[in-house]
Amino acid sequence: MEHRLQEPFTKEQVKHFKAGDRVLVTGTIYTARDAAHKRIVELLQKGEEPPFDIENSIVYYVGPTPAKPGHPIGSAGPTTSYRMDAYAPTLLDLGQLAMIGKGQRSDEVKEAVVRNGAVYLAAIGGAAALMARQIKLAEVIAFDDLGAEAVRRLYVEDLPLTVVLDCEGGDLYRQGREEYLKSVLK
Amino acid sequence: MRELDVQCIADKIARLCVEANHYLGEDIKACIRQKAEEETWSVAKDVLASIEENIAIAEEGVFPLCQDTGMACVFLEIGQDVHLTGGLLEDAVNEGVRRGYGEGYLRKSIVEDPLRRVNTRDNTPAYLHTEIVAGDKVKITVAPKGFGSENMSRIKMLPPSAGEDGVKDFVVDTCLQAGANPCPPIVIGVGIGGTFDKAALLAKKALLSPAQEPNSDPYYAQMETELLERINQLGIGPQGFGGKTTALAVSIRTAPTHIAGLPVAVNVNCHVSRHKEAVL
Repeated sequence: MEHRLQEPFTKEQVKHFKAGDRVLVTGTIYTARDAAHKRIVELLQKGEEPPFDIENSIVYYVGPTPAKPGHPIGSAGPTTSYRMDAYAPTLLDLGQLAMIGKGQRSDEVKEAVVRNGAVYLAAIGGAAALMARQIKLAEVIAFDDLGAEAVRRLYVEDLPLTVVLDCEGGDLYRQGREEYLKSVLK
Repeated sequence: MRELDVQCIADKIARLCVEANHYLGEDIKACIRQKAEEETWSVAKDVLASIEENIAIAEEGVFPLCQDTGMACVFLEIGQDVHLTGGLLEDAVNEGVRRGYGEGYLRKSIVEDPLRRVNTRDNTPAYLHTEIVAGDKVKITVAPKGFGSENMSRIKMLPPSAGEDGVKDFVVDTCLQAGANPCPPIVIGVGIGGTFDKAALLAKKALLSPAQEPNSDPYYAQMETELLERINQLGIGPQGFGGKTTALAVSIRTAPTHIAGLPVAVNVNCHVSRHKEAVL
């Protein structure tokens, strides 16, 4: 099944998403990876404002290549998500709607996705040029000193993604493999 | 004695860094094409089609293949009849990387210290491995290595009694544990023998072999075939969404080792298996 996820993003939109569904995202999303997650969670712990409103936000785990003249951004594929597992439940409990990355997540993250009616989406790792073409605007909004790891506000059009973890506990990495193996054993 | 200015090495490395990040080798492209045709699982076919589309976009020269333009791994085979002039070799290598990553708009992914983690902002220092060989030429290989896959690599000091089966099980288990994380379909470099560090180097060098070129020793060529088959029976598939194509190629390199040891290292690479060579 294919869905369109468009602004304004709400939990209502993603509650019927199932692991394995395709999703095209259009709207404003934010980038953050290892170092930015650490800082965001530290800010929250100190009671300070994060660089963007966490509620209903979509965060893309990416550190893009520098933009060439005339382009909003460079290549921008997903980084491996498990490195954000230590921080993700905190953000999900604050209302984060979706995480975009690639690779397996911890049980704590899976539980937080279900508990909060959120979703974990995968972009194709290593297809960074393809993803870059769907990013129309990019602006650094925090932690400029982190270079590629700075937090950016992106405007994306039809960013092609696949649901990995859904809010009913579905997990594409488990189910996809099981279904394929069942099909070969038939 | 032939004289070679290290500036020539710097210039070449700068160019190879950019080329490697935009143009995938014909061998690995052919391998992906073949696997896409052989793949039967529909989701997997779609992912492989996207990967091929990504390769085509990167070849236009604007966007690198992957945003992780890697740690610049530089291998130099230096003929012992070459006299290097014009400065320190290591400085020239780093200058080449600095220029390639700067002028090529590639990502700067290196932190100065593993724990204090401040970015050097020019992707230096490079990983440099030099080897003295016969002749009066210098062979340069630049292999930008992404860390999504590097992080899934493993090494183990097996007892000799573990034998061939122990080695094979360790390689297959490494791929199973890696799952979706290293951006499958993956390319696997295996180093067997030597010392702890030598095995890891062999595994990394194995990734530089042309994809699908069998080991010159039929015993290891057979092992490569068997390992590839077993990995592709895991069902992980492209991106871990399920399917036949978990690995594109397995390459083994070996070295003599100690009577008490059987080191085995598995260096995991993603489908963006980048390396470019030049001879000066």
